Amino acid sequence: MSLTGSDLRNLVLAALALGICALLPLSGSGYWLGLGVTIAMFTALATSWALFSGPTHYISLATAAFFGVGTYVTGLGIDSLPYWGLIGIAGAIGAVLAALVGLATLRLSGVYFVIFTLGLAELVRQVITWVQNNSGQKGLYVLTDLDEAGIYWWLLGLVTAVFVTGWLIGRSRLGFALRIIGDDETVAAHSGINTARAKVLLFMVPGAVAAMTGAILAPRYVYIEPSLAFAPILSFQVVIMALLGGASRLWGPLVGVIPFTFLLEAVSANFPNQSTLVIGVAFLIIVYFLPNGFVGLLDRALTRTGHRREA
Amino acid sequence: MNRRPFLKLVSALTLAGTLTATAASADTIRIGAVAPKTGGLAGGATVTQWPSIYLWVDQVNAAGGLTVDGEQMMIELIEYDDQTNPGETIKAVQRLATQDEAHFIIAPYGTGLNLAAAPLFDRYGYPQIAVSAITDQQPELSDKFPNMFFTLGTTTALAADLVGVLTDMREAGDLGNRVAMVNVADAFGIELATAAKPLFLEAGFELVYETSYPLGTQDLSPVIKGAAAAEPDAFVAWSYPPDTFGLTEQAMIEDIDVQAFYTAVATPFPSYGGRFGAAADGVLGAGGVNPDSPAFQEYAKAHMELTGAAPDYWASATTYASLEILAQSIEAVGLDREAVSDHLRETTFETVLGPIAFDENNSNPAFWTVGQWQDGVFVGVASRGRDGTAPVILKDGWK
Repeated sequence: MSLTGSDLRNLVLAALALGICALLPLSGSGYWLGLGVTIAMFTALATSWALFSGPTHYISLATAAFFGVGTYVTGLGIDSLPYWGLIGIAGAIGAVLAALVGLATLRLSGVYFVIFTLGLAELVRQVITWVQNNSGQKGLYVLTDLDEAGIYWWLLGLVTAVFVTGWLIGRSRLGFALRIIGDDETVAAHSGINTARAKVLLFMVPGAVAAMTGAILAPRYVYIEPSLAFAPILSFQVVIMALLGGASRLWGPLVGVIPFTFLLEAVSANFPNQSTLVIGVAFLIIVYFLPNGFVGLLDRALTRTGHRREA
Repeated sequence: MNRRPFLKLVSALTLAGTLTATAASADTIRIGAVAPKTGGLAGGATVTQWPSIYLWVDQVNAAGGLTVDGEQMMIELIEYDDQTNPGETIKAVQRLATQDEAHFIIAPYGTGLNLAAAPLFDRYGYPQIAVSAITDQQPELSDKFPNMFFTLGTTTALAADLVGVLTDMREAGDLGNRVAMVNVADAFGIELATAAKPLFLEAGFELVYETSYPLGTQDLSPVIKGAAAAEPDAFVAWSYPPDTFGLTEQAMIEDIDVQAFYTAVATPFPSYGGRFGAAADGVLGAGGVNPDSPAFQEYAKAHMELTGAAPDYWASATTYASLEILAQSIEAVGLDREAVSDHLRETTFETVLGPIAFDENNSNPAFWTVGQWQDGVFVGVASRGRDGTAPVILKDGWK
């Protein structure tokens, strides 16, 4: 488990890239900072999503559920606890919730899991609304002094943590076990791998990360409504972005998130009356022409130049 | 072949970039607007928000534009759909402020979307004359965002004035003491119910039935059946647009026998009166206008002519009034946003609703709170400081 030369080089490059990203708020452009927040948010969500769904091939639509829980943790606690503490609590609650969901559903085959995770956002939303309804209006207003730059730096920190976690998992026994499970679950079970435990453990990562993302972003929304905190579209956006990039590599979702954010921005800016329609068409085109995402495209391009060099 | 899709994407993005860059022009006032055209609040925004914006821009430009420092300037409207998603609202406001360099931005639609946009309006110094953002937090919010103004009233005022209307009916001997109160279990519904409950009890009413239902509930018959079984004299629902219609429909089916029937949001929509016709007669709802005022009638006529639809009997006119206020301020002090905000704080404006002046919390203290369908028109029956309040009638069956 020692670091090779190329590992070290990649680490240095990643640290350098992170350093450059951290300077974005100093550029003074609110527009680019706003896009930076969106990119950082979806990078954290999509990368952590792909950590689980990449190797296991389980499509999780639970992102909105965890995200919503996170926003409510901040909404309910902002008056009594420090912000960083709330992010930690949100992460813990997200992980526990993911473990419970995982224990209940990950023994089942994929389709049941997808349907359950889709329903989870609605379930959690109803539970929170029920509690709010019975305790009066609480946790609706999040008024802080945190500005866009502060939120951006928090998100960037979370993105870093996700990449480090992903990198460590990839090098660990757990990561190895998951790759075997993804290839053939029966073989994995026969090799003595506790498949359910491995899957539950890994599912806790996107759960915790999505909840922490929600907790970080709550001050940005100021007013927390269930219909906005638990919007199911978020779960689908994360899946689309991760698949556009490619879920098979750690950095895959990142190369999906960035072009998709710019595409959405260009569409909303130029087609104000048909945004949703144009986004749908763009998605169809992407799926049709890029079935393996940008990672697949890049792999093929690399193979081709490799062949050319040999020739 | 494999590179082509990527090239297409790149060329689409480049094209998009050049299109955005051509927006600016010297002699126009760029006004930004962001509100839902799709998503959960699109139904409300396309009745209340967008038509009044289009009407206002059309009227100002037809009159030759606004007079800024002695010069006539036409309005150029830049509009975006936020898809009822606060993240999109934030992006759109950011884009309007920095890319389109809008001179002013019309406040978004809905409490959540207005508050998501508030930090950006604040940072770029835009006055935010919010309409569809009813809240009791106005002192805290105007303290935090000094250029945010409120026009449509507070949650507690909406609840308290309904309690007042029902108390008056009871004291006139028209109404008993038994109230059934239900609410949609979502942010604003919960806020209203939380505010109303102690007020009802304080006024000596007996809450004989209380329940809530989740947002999006399709089958509301258990709610109405449960309420009817408690034999109330008044039925009060703190409801949202879909359930306002659903509850009324079920009330007709069950033929619930009450002397007062109240549903909240969307009751003043013309489509409510259109759908229920004579059965809507006597239904109370949140909001109201003075439909007899010549200013409102003129506005409603122009609204109908330009957009092909009638304005609603509440927030439509207030949205239009907020734009009149903005226009008057620009004509008075020019395009300096800070000066406009100061002007907003100091001045009394003549609007379609009558005079509006903002108090020390940046809120308009004179607004409509309760209205009632009477002979096909939704008339205001209770207000804070507005003229033209009509007397309340009893709900007399559902025929």
